[in-house]
Amino acid sequence: FTLALKKSSVQTIGEEQIQNPYTELLVLKGHQDIVRFLVQIDDCRFASAGDDGIIFLWNAQTGEKLFELHGHTQKITAIAPFSSSDDSEEKSNLILTASADKTVIVWDCTTGRQVQKVSCFHSTVKCLTVLQRLDVWLSGGSDLCVWNRKLDLLCKTSHLTDAGISTLVELPKNCVAAAVGKELIIFRLTASSDKSEGWNILEVKRLVDHHDNILSLVSVNDLTFVTGSHVGELIVWDAIDWTKQASECNFWESSVHPDSQTEIKLSQSPNETSVQHLTSDEECVFAAVGKGIYVYNLQMKRVIACQRTAHDSSVLHIEKLPNRQLISCSEDGSVRIWELREKQQVPAEPVPTGFFNMWGFGRANKQANQAAKKTQENTTMHFLELVGDLIGHSSAVQMFLYFGELGLVTCSADHLVILWKDGERESRLRSLTLFQKLAQNGDLQLKF
Amino acid sequence: MIGAPDVVALARQEEEEAAAGGGAEAWREPPLPEEYSVPLAPFGGHGASPWARAGGSKFLRDFILVAEFSEQVGPQPLLTVPDDAKVPGSFDLNYFSLRIMSVDYQASFVGHPPGCAYPKLNFVEDSKVVLGDSKEGAFAYVHHLTLYDLEARGFVRPFCMAYISADEHKIMQQFQELSAEFSKASECLKTGNRKAFASELEKKLKDLDYTRSVLHGETEIQKKANDKGYYTTQAIEKANELASVEKSIIEHQDLLKQIRSYPYRKLKDSDFHPYEPECAPDQASVGSDQDLAASDLAEPGETTPYSHVPSYTPKLIKAKSAKCFDKKLKTLEELCDIYFFTQTLDQLHQIERTFRGDVCYLLTNQISRALLKQQSITNFLFEDASFLDEKAPEKHYRGCQELGQDAVERKCSEESPTPKVVVSLGSYKSSVECVPIKMEQDIDDPPEPAMTESITFEHQENLDYLDADIKGSISSGESIEVLGTEKSASGLTKSESQASLPISPSPQAGRSKVGSRRTVSEDSIEVLSTCPSEALIPEDFKASYPSAINEEPYADDEEGGLRFAPRLNPDDADEPEDGSNPENPAQVDSACCIGKESPRFLEPLPSPGPRPCDEDGVVRIPPQPYRQAEQGPCGGFAGSPHPDGVPGGLLPHELDSRYPAGGRELSRTSLDECSDSTSYISSAASTCSDRTPSPAHPPCPASERHKKKAGQNALRFIRQYPFAHPAIYSLLSGRTLIVLGEDEAIVKKLVTALSIFVPSCGVRAKPVKHWLTAPLHVVDFQRWKLVGLQRTASPAGVNVLHALSRYSRYVSILDADSKTLRCPLYRGAVVARLADHRTQIKRGSTYYMHVQSVLTQLCSKAFLFAFCHHLHLPVAESEPEEAVASRRVSFLKHHLGLANEDLKIVQYLAELLKLRYIQEPGQGANPLLRFDYVPSFLYKI
Repeated sequence: FTLALKKSSVQTIGEEQIQNPYTELLVLKGHQDIVRFLVQIDDCRFASAGDDGIIFLWNAQTGEKLFELHGHTQKITAIAPFSSSDDSEEKSNLILTASADKTVIVWDCTTGRQVQKVSCFHSTVKCLTVLQRLDVWLSGGSDLCVWNRKLDLLCKTSHLTDAGISTLVELPKNCVAAAVGKELIIFRLTASSDKSEGWNILEVKRLVDHHDNILSLVSVNDLTFVTGSHVGELIVWDAIDWTKQASECNFWESSVHPDSQTEIKLSQSPNETSVQHLTSDEECVFAAVGKGIYVYNLQMKRVIACQRTAHDSSVLHIEKLPNRQLISCSEDGSVRIWELREKQQVPAEPVPTGFFNMWGFGRANKQANQAAKKTQENTTMHFLELVGDLIGHSSAVQMFLYFGELGLVTCSADHLVILWKDGERESRLRSLTLFQKLAQNGDLQLKF
Repeated sequence: MIGAPDVVALARQEEEEAAAGGGAEAWREPPLPEEYSVPLAPFGGHGASPWARAGGSKFLRDFILVAEFSEQVGPQPLLTVPDDAKVPGSFDLNYFSLRIMSVDYQASFVGHPPGCAYPKLNFVEDSKVVLGDSKEGAFAYVHHLTLYDLEARGFVRPFCMAYISADEHKIMQQFQELSAEFSKASECLKTGNRKAFASELEKKLKDLDYTRSVLHGETEIQKKANDKGYYTTQAIEKANELASVEKSIIEHQDLLKQIRSYPYRKLKDSDFHPYEPECAPDQASVGSDQDLAASDLAEPGETTPYSHVPSYTPKLIKAKSAKCFDKKLKTLEELCDIYFFTQTLDQLHQIERTFRGDVCYLLTNQISRALLKQQSITNFLFEDASFLDEKAPEKHYRGCQELGQDAVERKCSEESPTPKVVVSLGSYKSSVECVPIKMEQDIDDPPEPAMTESITFEHQENLDYLDADIKGSISSGESIEVLGTEKSASGLTKSESQASLPISPSPQAGRSKVGSRRTVSEDSIEVLSTCPSEALIPEDFKASYPSAINEEPYADDEEGGLRFAPRLNPDDADEPEDGSNPENPAQVDSACCIGKESPRFLEPLPSPGPRPCDEDGVVRIPPQPYRQAEQGPCGGFAGSPHPDGVPGGLLPHELDSRYPAGGRELSRTSLDECSDSTSYISSAASTCSDRTPSPAHPPCPASERHKKKAGQNALRFIRQYPFAHPAIYSLLSGRTLIVLGEDEAIVKKLVTALSIFVPSCGVRAKPVKHWLTAPLHVVDFQRWKLVGLQRTASPAGVNVLHALSRYSRYVSILDADSKTLRCPLYRGAVVARLADHRTQIKRGSTYYMHVQSVLTQLCSKAFLFAFCHHLHLPVAESEPEEAVASRRVSFLKHHLGLANEDLKIVQYLAELLKLRYIQEPGQGANPLLRFDYVPSFLYKI
């Protein structure tokens, strides 16, 4: 019988994955419905939440379940960590959770207890943002509310739309950008004159450049933020004056016309091109567009590398790792690890991926080469190399959390959270523990 | 004089050798013409093993005989286990019953002791004797017990259970185990008997009560009718009758009180459950069966066994009770109530199964189990979860188990681990000395016990030497010989007993002594051994001198030895005289009307205490008030998995959903193999095995069958499938192997075959799922390392296949239908040794053992690897991790001699060891899945 069922359009990697460090996995069971959110609490703890309304706190090293937080009656719609401000003495880790039951609960991660519950919302809170600098947090639903740490409502906007704010991002100068449907609304928080702790929130600007719902909104640095819409428009904004700096809208054509500033309507089905998720480092914006991954260079203002079909179905989450690696997860249930490689056009230089060529990854190179030929000859060529994939979930992988050397946490619609770990490292740690325990038990002297 | 039997015995050995060498030759080749052929050993022809010593014996294999000394017909066999006429064969059960019933030494005195108005019941300890009958070629462990019977003389009925074997060493060396097991059976019988006896007493009391009231009424009538002022003879008679009934009532009440107040001697023995209580209230209310018995006896009307009592209609009792000739004696079944009787039978069957097979096998097995038990860090990987569950191994088997851990380790390091040494370690001391039977007229001669003790079985040499002794003993001209009693072992000095290899003063000394013994002994009965019990060893003493445990009570060292000798003398003197009737007078007592014709049996004996030895002849060991040793083994065995529902090794299999299916399958498919004791012989013969093929000491026979079956299937697998190696490699390296197929039976067979290669992950049962129809999930690869998966054409089946292809990196797939295997490459050497398709091994159990031995080697390598400090931690502070890693690899390659993929096997096993070791006792192991990103290849036949 045959097992190779992958579509030929999607790049595949063989079973041999030298660079994939994740050779051990722990399945964390507990959720009874789709797990949609993962949030890091501190160096070794994280929370998971989803449609069952339960929040679990886990130890990222051992996979131990620390707490099971019950309080919401409906699915969780947003979760945000709210660590204590710098001035407070004891470090307290709080998390905020919003649910479809129109409540927001503040939890203490150390004790696993509910600290406070806010249930005066008129609609479901769809996004939560903590403005650490101001020590306030914002909840976005059909309106935008500003709260302080004590859960006092400081101010709120008027009713915006029934659909509500889908996503929020903090901008410089006490501003926030809120995506409401196709519109991007900039609000500014101003200290009210009469009260010391009072804040006012004012709508500053409405940006209506997108032709479809804005799905993703990410701040790149103090000067720039990026939005992506359902029809595949990517717009780079100036964070200070909220003007459009650049835009990319036809990702299918982006390689062909890298300098094109014109917005061309896409003939593609919107799902194929919707910008599901954006992430960025200082140089590039990484966009999960449909099934593909695109790397947009902010300086060059063009897509420098892409994988049009990185997954079998929509990419749901994408993250840039410090080591030039990129991780994406998708509705197809897989997680893939990519590496952004550059290749000089000097033919004499040894091919860095020669090893992979040997093992049959020439096709990937060829693809990249084709893309590269279309770019200018003298520039550095970039391409996304698949270095590994993680197969474990049986349903859409909603999100993942990169924990550095502790591993990678993925959550999925199959109700599972999987902790992927570096088997070598774990083995070493176990040896360490073993010898500690030996010494502790005194077995070293007695028996061995 | 040297009698003919000696020659036979020696010749037998030669024949054995011939059978071993020439016999095997002749087997393979076509038969030679008659004139050229070497005559085969008589028993070599039907596939006997070279070491089967069965030449002289008339029975096929070991069996258990239950016999009774009936007061009506004398000694008679009651039943044998197995209940198959073929097993005893031409062996004269009646004769042997007589023999074994004649060596009961226990003081089961019942009667009117002086100074006591009423008959007294004695709670007699069982006696345990070993006796040999060289004429019959039979050696037996004999366990005597008495049961109470209201209608019997003196209220007692002597019974005995005997384990009869042709192999004397077996009896000797398994004495403790036999004793422990038979004690359980006996305890079960006696418990039932006490219940039955109490209920019988109650009925009798009701009868008496009724009789009294009737008599009373009659007397009253007579009184009224009588106005003459004097009593008629009739009236006096009635009054006498009434008085005697009243006396009888008091007597019976007293008896009832006695039986109810059965001493709580074994209360400590809380986990000793020879049977399960029948009704829940009992179970809930009592901690031990003795408790149960007591409570039952105390409130007989309220418990199930006595529910019939209230409805009992009293009968009028005639003044004179019937003599024993007039009535039919109760059967054993009636005596102990059917429930306990069946329980006992079960236990006897269990004993028969346990001790089946050659003694060297039994011993090796015991020793290896004991040693394995000490591999507490690695033994979970490939050993039976069931045997690991057995607790208190030290108490369990007497071999080296009784040595403390240190002792074994010390021994193992000091001495080469040959069986011989281990035997000596084991201090199979119970095997007891040859007791000089007739020579010591001087009963107070202190050196004598010391001399006797020198002839022990501890040493292989001594074993041989003893063989010679036994041969010599035949010169006594009588068939049954007393070889010794444990009591006499007490002659040992402490220092000697501590030595692991007690040195006989000199073989010559022993030999000459034996010789003298043999020449003088003319008695017909020689007691090989009795077990007064190890009870006298204090618990702490056991601990501090573990190697000396069987050397018996030091407490009464000298005393015991000295007491023993005089008892022997009368034995010698008496036996020839009353040889035709060798029953123990103490046992049958005055009450037995057909016992000895000697007048002294017709009246109650004067004293209930230990009988003076010169009075009743037979070697007798006084009952021990406290039997610790019995409790020890019982306690141990209670934890061991017996098929009759004792929680133990069987349970985890049952708890695990995957096991029942497999178990059923096994029992079904292995019916033809060795499913029960009766079919056993034929199957053994067909597989060209001998009379000792069955592995001994199965924790439960099912698992033994499983091993055999799995071994056979595995053997078939490695012969049939050229790609067996990579498949086994997958299992050993922790990669889940999926056996995919349409036919459930075929798949399960393969799974069973392969399951012997699956390392356990620390949970109790092996991570094997015999049959699965649902699509696999990532969680399953953590749980199961070997899965039988259904292939169907239905949409569900498509899902199954889809999941399989999705998770193909975690699994190897053995397609049972198309005979293909998809799995990573294997280029190592270990599996080749483990599964050589050209192997000469033919039998499943042998192959299983071969696999176990290779796996054990792997385990030790994994242990070394996991626990070598410098392989995992930097030696110096600054040492980089790479240096440690390279050291690790070079250790695996050069020190452990592993190549290629073998490294991964050892690494995986080491990882399992680590996980197990660091696992906190409270929490379960985190179910983690380790895997490699390695390419798979498709193998085809």
